[in-house]
Amino acid sequence: MIKAEQKPFEEILEYLAPYNKILLSGCGACVTVCHAGGEKDGALLASALRMARQKIGKPLEIIESTPARQCEPEFAQELADTVGQVQAVLSVSCGVGVQTLARNFPATQIFPGVNTLFMGETVAHGVWEERCQACGDCILEKTAGICPIARCAKQLLNGPCGGSSNGKCEIKRETDCAWQLIFDRSKALGQLHRLTEIIPAKQWGVQSRDSGPRRIVREDLKV
Amino acid sequence: MKSGSNLEKVFVNGHFAVTSELGPPKGNDVSVIKRKVDFLRGYVDAVNVTDNQTAIVRMSSIATSAIAVQMGIEPIMQMVTRDRNRIAMQSDLFGATALGIKNIICLTGDHHTFGNQVNAKNVHDLDSIQLINMVKTMRDEKTLMGGEEKIEGDIDMFIGGAANPFADPFEFRALRTAKKAAAGVDFIQTQCIYDMERFKEWMKMIRDLGVHEKIHIMAGITPLKSAGMARYMAKNVAGITIPDALIDRMAKAAKGSDEGIKICIEQIQEVKEIEGVHGVHIMAIEWEHMIGKITEMAGLLPRPKVE
Repeated sequence: MIKAEQKPFEEILEYLAPYNKILLSGCGACVTVCHAGGEKDGALLASALRMARQKIGKPLEIIESTPARQCEPEFAQELADTVGQVQAVLSVSCGVGVQTLARNFPATQIFPGVNTLFMGETVAHGVWEERCQACGDCILEKTAGICPIARCAKQLLNGPCGGSSNGKCEIKRETDCAWQLIFDRSKALGQLHRLTEIIPAKQWGVQSRDSGPRRIVREDLKV
Repeated sequence: MKSGSNLEKVFVNGHFAVTSELGPPKGNDVSVIKRKVDFLRGYVDAVNVTDNQTAIVRMSSIATSAIAVQMGIEPIMQMVTRDRNRIAMQSDLFGATALGIKNIICLTGDHHTFGNQVNAKNVHDLDSIQLINMVKTMRDEKTLMGGEEKIEGDIDMFIGGAANPFADPFEFRALRTAKKAAAGVDFIQTQCIYDMERFKEWMKMIRDLGVHEKIHIMAGITPLKSAGMARYMAKNVAGITIPDALIDRMAKAAKGSDEGIKICIEQIQEVKEIEGVHGVHIMAIEWEHMIGKITEMAGLLPRPKVE
């Protein structure tokens, strides 16, 4: 799922300085799971904002709302009436949700309340790690189910660089070396021979992430 | 002959090759290159010109290599995949070969966060093995990557790569070198060897895979200047192992730098005896003026004149 974390509080306060009535819109999906912008975390942020503005004598009225999934237009539309009553919206959804609101409410300023970080996995309570960069050309079948595009700092496709040491990456020494993980899992599966195959250069071109926004069209699902 | 470079001829004629390193200036001061070239000329068969090593901005490897050609020393142009995509690299290969550069080392490069442009956007369009294969395709198939478009002219490059027997996972290290051989590398230079036992173990794995019969392996040697340098490298440089006994020897020596040179000579003599090692790559980091002394003391002079 998409992982995000709240932007620095001072930065959010600065965005909202010109306004006295806003909507704080959360999202019930990914950012709720990573505690960045669901109903509960949105409410905590709203309280902190109210107090900070009270303190400087410029009270801020905040309406709180948390659609189930802010990135779906039908859920975003539920906010239409509220958006009409406020001067701006602070969205604590991922960047997709912010853009859904921007598209649906073209006359209203929408501010991001979180920094969207990556697509990741919960590895422990309160710990999330990046797992996929949506390159559009999955090679997990060749790398024992561990992605070197997302997990190797150099995106190496043919084995570890010279900095792999004691299972860790030299760039961030607390991070597992993706190729050590790939090697260990391949060995355990009796699949080491697969690592002798040269993986060719990736096709970053027209089908992948370097050609502007990608699009999926399913004719069978269109109405 | 694949490239007709001096280094290739030295190998083909069965000589034990010697290469060294030349770090370009952090600017456009050509006198820095001249000073280093003067220290190295006549003592080595070719010299690696590094490509923004440790991700510090320096004069480009291609320009420095071309200047080295003009100064009468053979360059081995390093090319890292960190900063360029396949369009830029193939274009640079056209330019480099046109400027008389005949050797290349294909590397991934140090991560940009280690250098002085930490907020740069990295590239990593290819990895080093894919770069090796691209250069081989350009040379042998005379086409661009993808195999369709013909090249105007010949990309006569002697293709090198690197290997680090001291990084992990150890079992993968020889396999990765075998992959480089399969991708088309002609020679390999290794990371600095301090743990001789591990190097020998790696060479045995290389021989078991038959890789030493397909490519030329050059052992990487870096003279230690002091016990402090040894301790620093052992602690801070990932993928370098220095046995305690070696650090102790440096610490107990009356003059660390003399002892470092002595150890370096012993290491060169030891690797010469290992089956499959066809040369040494002496990385005397900012100590280029010692190369003459080291090669002389190690009995590597005069360098062969090959046709």
